[in-house]
Amino acid sequence: MKSKLFAAALLATTLGAAGNAAAKDSLALGIGLEPPHLDPTAGAAAAIDEVVYANVFEGLTRIGPDGAVLPALAKSWSVSENGLTYTFKLQDGVAFHDGTGFDSADVLFSLNRAMAEDSTNAQKGLFEPIEKVEAPDATTVVITLKRPTGHFLFNLGWGDAVIVAPESAGANKSNPVGTGPFSFKRWAKGSEINLARNDAYWGTKAKLTKVSFKIMPDAAASAAALMSGDVDAIPNFGAPELLEQFRSDPRFLVMIGTTEGETILSMNHANEALSDIRVRRAISHAIDRQAIIDGAMFGSGTPIGSHFAPHHPAYIDLTGMYPHDTAKAKALLAEAGYADGLKLRLTLPPPSYARRGGEVIAAQLAAVGIETEIIPVEWAQWLKQVFKTTDYDLTIVSHTEPFDIGIYARDSYYFNYKSDRFRNVYSALTEAVDPTERNSLIGEAQKILAEDAVNGFLFELAQNGVWRTKIKGLWRNRPIQANDVTGAYWE
Amino acid sequence: MLAFAVRRLTALAATLAVAALVVFMVMEVLPGDPAEVMLGLNAQPDTLAALRAQMGLDRPVPERFLVWILAFLSGDLGISYTYDVPVAELIGERMEVTLPLALMAILFSTAIALPCGVLAARFRGGFADTFIMGAAQLGVAVPNFWFAILLILLFAVTLGWTSAGGFPGFEDGILPALGALLLPAVALALPQAAILARVTRSSVVEVMGEDYIRTARAKGLSGRTVLWRHAVRNALAAPLTIMGLQFSFLLAGTVIIENVFYLPGLGRLIFQAIAQRDLIVVKDVVVLLVALVITVNFVVDLLYAWTDPRLRKAGSDV
Repeated sequence: MKSKLFAAALLATTLGAAGNAAAKDSLALGIGLEPPHLDPTAGAAAAIDEVVYANVFEGLTRIGPDGAVLPALAKSWSVSENGLTYTFKLQDGVAFHDGTGFDSADVLFSLNRAMAEDSTNAQKGLFEPIEKVEAPDATTVVITLKRPTGHFLFNLGWGDAVIVAPESAGANKSNPVGTGPFSFKRWAKGSEINLARNDAYWGTKAKLTKVSFKIMPDAAASAAALMSGDVDAIPNFGAPELLEQFRSDPRFLVMIGTTEGETILSMNHANEALSDIRVRRAISHAIDRQAIIDGAMFGSGTPIGSHFAPHHPAYIDLTGMYPHDTAKAKALLAEAGYADGLKLRLTLPPPSYARRGGEVIAAQLAAVGIETEIIPVEWAQWLKQVFKTTDYDLTIVSHTEPFDIGIYARDSYYFNYKSDRFRNVYSALTEAVDPTERNSLIGEAQKILAEDAVNGFLFELAQNGVWRTKIKGLWRNRPIQANDVTGAYWE
Repeated sequence: MLAFAVRRLTALAATLAVAALVVFMVMEVLPGDPAEVMLGLNAQPDTLAALRAQMGLDRPVPERFLVWILAFLSGDLGISYTYDVPVAELIGERMEVTLPLALMAILFSTAIALPCGVLAARFRGGFADTFIMGAAQLGVAVPNFWFAILLILLFAVTLGWTSAGGFPGFEDGILPALGALLLPAVALALPQAAILARVTRSSVVEVMGEDYIRTARAKGLSGRTVLWRHAVRNALAAPLTIMGLQFSFLLAGTVIIENVFYLPGLGRLIFQAIAQRDLIVVKDVVVLLVALVITVNFVVDLLYAWTDPRLRKAGSDV
């Protein structure tokens, strides 16, 4: 019914509206979640980076649209022979938005602040390998590591590692002051966040003069806002069922990209049944990934066979390891002693991929004799019950942090998975610097996770973007949780 | 009258105190640690501990209750965990949206319901009655968010007369701001108007059967005078009570409507605050809402007692 109404409305607008006039230089983006605050160094919420990453704040390095590490405030760097000493050459002539100058002292301040005892940086672990940070002169920073760390340059490109100034760091939550091409203008809480072009920017200046991030939590409302012209783009559109009507509308582009969100059916290895690899393999055989993608995500999503993003150069396709095979699943269950069936709890957090996907998975598991009790919970409860106290059997969640395969090497992470084999490979990986060696280790890590059927690996969350045809330079893929609009412009 | 008011005020204060305690306890048993929610899936234990200490969450429960309630009474609503700004400031900003929205909705619903209800009663059984009551039936059955979506589709998407939501703020003038609240207020008002119209109708119909109406008719007063001077005036007590009750429904309704129209109001604030476990905001807003609702009920009671002296007396016997 709703979509019919939308179709009717769409027809009316296509016939009636006289397209958008002359080239605009401002952009209105719809985002689903309002950031709690605007300091990326003091919170994990993706919504923070979605507004300020690369636009307002910059780090020594930055992540490009394809996930590669690019120079940012550091224009170049060199790494010592033993992989322990990184020497960064900084851009000069850089100023913060409040006019204070940027130099190596700010880098020193930012990194020390993130590493400090009382630091509330959500990704403090990224800085753990750092032994010391020194600033021999104003445009040079030398970072010494405790041990070689392969993804150190990538880590410096996270939003949590942006460079802030001692003069303004304390107030960044409500008044972010960075060095980026856009400066913060206004935050009408609950409504929108406005950025304006920083005309004193040190690098290539932005083409847009104004960007506003409009907060619209309801997917139907954001569809209406796009159609009525209230917003120009929704980089992460929450209602895949409504995409079809935008596809058929020449005013809009629908961009299905990839994200860093591995959506998995997490299994609690502390559960007796699930500690048995045969049961986990049975579950893996019971899962029909494409049916979940079609049924829960309206076809958007890429099947994965391990915990790794398909757009990464080191990705290997392991989706064939456990083909959908109910007979095999039943046989494995019988072998493990659950021929008469098995009862498990399936705890589902609020996102629709979990709630809808959970229904499909419950049906697929039922087909092989695993009965699930679906327990819907809200987010905070999920964090407490599933993530912290690991009081669950199965759950569905998207792990959206980039390159987060290391969680499988952590003590007491909520899967309760323990494998010396994986730990050894991962610790070799963290120290490896040579790209070929790294890729082969990453491949091996993926294989171990798949072989152990640690979790049910479902699909890589798609980035469903919808925007006006005439806006260019927005990112299709999302290798990092950000809406980088520094290169966006109207045609 | 004064004794009545004083008694009512005492009860009001007691209710508030109990509400504050209950709200605090509920927050305590609610699963979910604000610090965990803020730091997400990759947080290290020492970072969590640092943030908890910074937020004062590591202190004992009774101490936190006392700190909160004493500060609250002195007018200090504390600092929002997630937004890091004073809660009073947040609530103030949000009230700029929710208060006019709720007032507009009450105004609309009253303006639609009272005449319609009286009209239906006056022409009881006739076409107007059937039509109005049919519409009211529909209005009661259909939830307000559905009205909201229909209104957006018609006026924003199809006709392009208004934007699909959002709030420009009062800085750019009063009219654009109130204009942005028009559709949401209508969506909120329609179901309320439907209920109110039905109550008004039955109340007027009931009063029309009373002896004093027959007396008034017998005195030779015209039908219109009897209806408006005698019947409607006496029939207002029931709709008045409903309006008082509706006020609390209205506040609940704004949570949904503010989400559909992405309005930065109090409803959205509390919705988000619960999701993010911004407990201090939740506690403050809930207690303020409780205060607001019981104050409105208090005012309605006073109006009630004022229109009907018998109630004052009855009240003093209790």
